[in-house]
Amino acid sequence: MTDAPRTIAEKIWDRHVVRRRQGEPDLLYVDLHLVHEVTSPQAFEGLRLAGRGVRRPDLTLATMDHNVPTTDRRLPVADELSARQMDALAANCAQFGVRLFDRGSDRQGIVHMIGPEQGLTQPGMTIVCGDSHTSTHGAFGALAFGIGTSQVEHVLAAQTLSQSRPGLMAVEVDGELPLGVTAKDLILRVVAEIGTDGGAGHVIEYRGEAVGSLSMEGRMTVCNMSIEAGARAGLVAPDETTFAYLKGRPRAPQGAAWDAALEDWRGLVTDEGARFDRVVRLDASMFEPTVTWGTTPAMSAPVTGRVPRPEDTRDPEQARRALAYMGLAGGEAVTDIRIDRVFLGSCTNARIEDLRAAAEIVAGGRVADDVRAMVVPGSYPVKLQAESEGLHEVFTAAGFEWREPGCSMCLGMNPDILAPGERCASTSNRNFEGRQGRGGRTHLVSPEMAAAAALAGRFVDCRGAR
Amino acid sequence: MRPVRVVTGSMAPLDRGDIDTDQIMPKQFLKRIERTGFGQFVFHDWRAQPDFVLNDERYAGASVLVTGPNFGCGSSREHAPWGLQQYGFEAIVAPSFADIFRGNCATVGLLCVELAPGPVERLIELARRDPAARLRIDLPRQTLEARGSDAPGGPALVREAFSVDAFTKRLLLEGLDEIALTLVDDRAIAGYEQRRPDWLPTTG
Repeated sequence: MTDAPRTIAEKIWDRHVVRRRQGEPDLLYVDLHLVHEVTSPQAFEGLRLAGRGVRRPDLTLATMDHNVPTTDRRLPVADELSARQMDALAANCAQFGVRLFDRGSDRQGIVHMIGPEQGLTQPGMTIVCGDSHTSTHGAFGALAFGIGTSQVEHVLAAQTLSQSRPGLMAVEVDGELPLGVTAKDLILRVVAEIGTDGGAGHVIEYRGEAVGSLSMEGRMTVCNMSIEAGARAGLVAPDETTFAYLKGRPRAPQGAAWDAALEDWRGLVTDEGARFDRVVRLDASMFEPTVTWGTTPAMSAPVTGRVPRPEDTRDPEQARRALAYMGLAGGEAVTDIRIDRVFLGSCTNARIEDLRAAAEIVAGGRVADDVRAMVVPGSYPVKLQAESEGLHEVFTAAGFEWREPGCSMCLGMNPDILAPGERCASTSNRNFEGRQGRGGRTHLVSPEMAAAAALAGRFVDCRGAR
Repeated sequence: MRPVRVVTGSMAPLDRGDIDTDQIMPKQFLKRIERTGFGQFVFHDWRAQPDFVLNDERYAGASVLVTGPNFGCGSSREHAPWGLQQYGFEAIVAPSFADIFRGNCATVGLLCVELAPGPVERLIELARRDPAARLRIDLPRQTLEARGSDAPGGPALVREAFSVDAFTKRLLLEGLDEIALTLVDDRAIAGYEQRRPDWLPTTG
C-alpha cells in the first residue's frame, strides 16, 4: 500500500497513526502542542479533576498572546479578567511542568510565531493548538490544525488525537505574482474563489509556481488563512526555502541530526500520480492588491475595482446585510473608502518581512490626519529585529504607534479595539461583525496596502505608493 | 458528558449562512477560566437588536436551533458550543457545519444534524409559521420528525433521515469520555513513542 503514490498530507498522516480500527477515526500522534491562555484553562482544570498529568510536557509549549496589552509590558495588566486568565496559564504551566514564554520573556509572541521562530515547526510534523490559525505551520510542510478545548485536554493527557481522514485538495497557483501583489492578496483571492466553506473537510496543498516563489513568511500568510476557506489544514511542500529558513534556529536539528532530518524532509513531496479529491487552478499573474468589503473573508475586490452591488453577488441577501453592517452602499470605488484606523499586526501579517514591506511605503511619509495607525509586531524577536533595523523609527516618525507584541486588535481581547462605526484597514485574517470591537468595520489587506492606506486616509493602490 | 439519545422540543429559526463563532460567543466572554456560565452570552451582540429571533418570546425555551450553511465557522473556541448548550439548545440543524465546531460539539454532547438545504428551509418555514411546532430527533434511528403544534400526534410535516459517523454516534449515545477511551491504548502510544525519529524537536 505504501508504494501507491501519495500526497504530502497522506504521507504525514500515515506516519503518525498510532491506532487504526475499522469504523473509527485514526488515533494520531501529536509532535508539537502549542498552548495559549484563552483555550487552555478549562483543559488543565479537566486534567486536575480526572487526576491526569501532561503526558509529554517536552512536546508542549505555551505562550501568552490573546490578552496581553500591547503597551509597556512592565506595567501590571489593568483588565482583571485578562490578568486572571494569564495568571491561570502561568500557574498551570508551573504545576504541569510546561515551558511558558510569558509576558516578560524575550521569546514571547503570538502562538503561531514562536514555533517557526524557535525552529520547533518542522516539515512532516503534526502540530495542534487550541486556535484555528494553527494552519499557519503548514507553510513548513507540517500537518497543523486547530482544536477545541476538550481536544486540548485530550492532547495534554495522551499526546494523541482522534481524527477522521481528511479529503485532499490542491490549490495550484501558476504564473508569477505581479510586483506589489503579495501572499495576502493570493490567499484572499483563493478564499474568494472557493468560498468560506470551499475547503471544508479537506487539507489544502498549495502548489504551483507562485506558491513556490513565496518566502517562508509569505507561505505562512497563505497557510494561516486556510481556515477562512473552511479547510482543516493547509500546507506547502518543503523545499530549499524551507530548509534555509530552519537551518541554525535554536530547536532545529544540528550536525548529523540535521543531515538525517534533511534526507527525510526531501521525501515529503506529493508523488507523481497521487490523487486529489479536488483541484483548483488559478493564475497569479491576474491577481491585484485586494481589499475585503464585507463580513466574511471571501467578500473582496481588487483595489482597482468597485464594491459590488448586492444583486451582482452570489447571495444578494447576505451581501446586503454585510454592506449595511460595513456602512457601504455597494457600487463605490474601493479607493473612495476612507478609513479611521490602521492595524498592522496578527499571526497573518506581523513577521519581519511584513514590517519591512510596510516600512518601505511609510518611509518619509505621514499618517493622514484623523487616522490612528498602530504596528503590533507578532513576537518579541520580530520587535527586536525590526528595532535593530530602525524600522520602528520609520513608523513612529510617520505617526504610527509602535507597540508590544500580541494578538491585539486582530480580535480585540486586549484593550486594542475599534469603536462602533470605526473603519479599519487591517492586516489580520477576519472581518466578521464585531471582530475588532462591537460595531467596528474591518477591511482585510496586505501590509503594503495597510501602510499606503494609513498615509492616504483611504484605500489606494500600494503599487503607486512605493 | 451526558449521553444524547433523543432530542425533543421546539425550534428557533435563524436563517443566515456563515454564522461564525465570534457571533455565537464574542471575544469579551472568552476571558473566563470556568467551563460554565456561558449561556447568557450567546449571540450577545445580535441580542441587542430587538427583532433578533432569540428575543422573541415565542422561541424562548426552544431546544433546537435551525440555521444556515457553514454554521460555526471561524475561531476554534469551544466556548461557542458551551454557550449554545448552556443556553438550552440540545441540537443544531443546518445544511453544513464548520469542521472544528462540529468536532467540539461532539465532545460536549451537542448534536449537529446535517440536512439538505431544502428540508432545513422547510423546518425554518414551519418554525416561523408555528413557533410551538414540535421536533423529534432520534439519534439511534438517525431520523428527524417535525409536527405541528395543533396535531402533536398527527403525521409528520417534515420527516428526514440524517447521517452521522459511527464513532460520533457511539460517543454521543454512550456519553463516553474520549480521553479514557484513548488511554486504554497507552501501550500503543508508548510503542509509537519508541519509534519516533530522534531528531524531532522538544521544547524542554
